Amino acid sequence: MAEYRLTTPLSEEDVRKLKVGDTVFLEGTIFGIRDANLIRMFEHNVPPPVDLTGAACIHTAPNVRKVNGGYEKVCIGTTTSSRMDRFTPGLMGQYGVRAIIGKAGMMEASMEAMKKYGGCYLAIVGGAASWETEKIQAIEGVWWEDLMPEAIWKFRVRDFGPLIVAMDSEGNNMYYQVKARARDKLADIYKRLGV
Amino acid sequence: MTTASVNGELYSIVEDTAKSLYIKALKDLPPDVRQALQKAYETETEDTPKKVLSTMLEAIAISDDKQRLLCQDTGIPLYFVKVGSRLNIDIPRLQEAIVRGTERATVEHPLRSSVCHPIKRTNHQTSTGYRIPLINLDFVKDDDTLEILMVPKGSGSENMSFLKMLIPAEGIRGVKKFIIDSVLEAGANPCPPFVIGVGLGGTADLCVKLAKLAAVTRPLGSRNDDPDIAALEEELLEAVNQLGIGPMGLGGKTTALALNIEYAYTHITQNPVAVNIQCWPARRARAKIDAYGRVEFGY
Repeated sequence: MAEYRLTTPLSEEDVRKLKVGDTVFLEGTIFGIRDANLIRMFEHNVPPPVDLTGAACIHTAPNVRKVNGGYEKVCIGTTTSSRMDRFTPGLMGQYGVRAIIGKAGMMEASMEAMKKYGGCYLAIVGGAASWETEKIQAIEGVWWEDLMPEAIWKFRVRDFGPLIVAMDSEGNNMYYQVKARARDKLADIYKRLGV
Repeated sequence: MTTASVNGELYSIVEDTAKSLYIKALKDLPPDVRQALQKAYETETEDTPKKVLSTMLEAIAISDDKQRLLCQDTGIPLYFVKVGSRLNIDIPRLQEAIVRGTERATVEHPLRSSVCHPIKRTNHQTSTGYRIPLINLDFVKDDDTLEILMVPKGSGSENMSFLKMLIPAEGIRGVKKFIIDSVLEAGANPCPPFVIGVGLGGTADLCVKLAKLAAVTRPLGSRNDDPDIAALEEELLEAVNQLGIGPMGLGGKTTALALNIEYAYTHITQNPVAVNIQCWPARRARAKIDAYGRVEFGY
C-alpha cells in the first residue's frame, strides 16, 4: 500500500495509479458539494459556475461565519456519500471531477464512472469535524450562496489527509470487499451463536 | 420540597443547564468513550484501521484544545431526565425550560440547527420543533435531585435503525441473527467503531425505545444487571467484532466499542427486537441539580 502526496488539479495519470488501501494527502484546493447544489447541476441542468476539471470534491455543508464580505470556517465535517451516488457520472463525465472525498462509500453508478473516466473515492474519517476544520486552511470561494449552507465551496488545503483510497479506477470498492469478507464469515458466526 | 423550586429559580437553572449540556456534549467526549477508542487503536494491527483511529484521537485532542465541535452534525437533541420524587416540580415548566435551553444553545453559541418539519422540511434554526427536543421523563423514589442526561443523536447512525417483530418460535436464535444481519447492513454508514443498542421485548414502540436507551445512555463497558442479558451482550459483541467491518467500514478488528441490551416483558405471541446504533463520537453530557439548585456536571 503506497502513500501519495498529490496536488490539485489532479490528472488522469495521478488517479489511475491509485489502488484501494493506498493513502493520499492533498495539496491545493478542494470543492465542497452536496445534495442541493448537485440537484441544481444535474436535475435543473445548471452548469457549475466554477471549473471542476481535475477537481477533488468533498461531501460537506460547512458551518461558517460571515466576516468582511467573506466566510470564515466554524465547523466543517463530512456527510454520508451514498445519497449522492447518482451524480458521480455527471461530475466525472461532464465536468471532469477526478476525486470524491466522503464517508461510508458509494455504489455502482460511481464505480462505473470512476472506471470509465479515471476517478477515485477517498475516504475521510466521519465525525472528526474538529480535525477536518483544522486541516482546511481557508475558504477561498463560494458560489450559489442562495443554497446556504449547501452552496459550492472552495477550500484551500495543505497536507489534507490521511485519506484512504476506498474506490479506485479499476472498479475496486473497499466497502464491498470488507462486506464480502464479512459475509464469508457469517456461516461461522451463526454457528457459534447457535443460529 | 426544594428551596430553589419554591422561589421559581429552579426553572432558570434547568434552562441554563440544558443549554450548557448541549454544548458540552458536542465538544467534550466522555472518558469511557475516549478510553475505548484508545484501546481500539492499541488492539488494531493493520495500517488502515490504525490511521483511522489515530485521526479520531487527534480530532478529540483538537476539540479539547480549541473548544471546537467534534462533529458538524449537532443531531436531534435528546434529554433523559430523572426527577426525584421528593422534588416539588411543575413538569410542564421543567419541559419548557429544557426546550428554551436547547434554543439558546443553538442561537447563542451558535450551533447548526439540524431539526426540520418532516414534510415541509422547514427549519426554525433553533434545534427545536413540534415534540423536539425529545424529553424522556423518569421518576426516582426517595430522591431529591434532578438528573439530566443530554445526547445529541447524529443522523448517520440514527438512519441505521432496525426493528423486527419476530415470532416466539424464532426464539433467541432469530434475535441473534437479526442483530448480526442489521450490523452488517449498517456497515460503514453509522461511523464505526460504534455502540450497538439492542431492545428486546415490550411492544414495537417500547422495543425501539429500549434499543435507544441501550445505545446512548449506558457508559461503555457497563453490563446489564441481569446475568443472562449480560452474557448475551458479551457473546454478541464478540460476534459483531468478528465481522471485520472495522473503523469507518474500511476493515479491522473493532467494529463495535460496546453492545448493550435493555429488555422488557412482552406479549406471549410476540418476540420483538430492535437495533439502534450510536456513532464513534458517542456524545453525552450529564448534570445533577440538587435540592439547593447546585449543579454538578459529568458524563
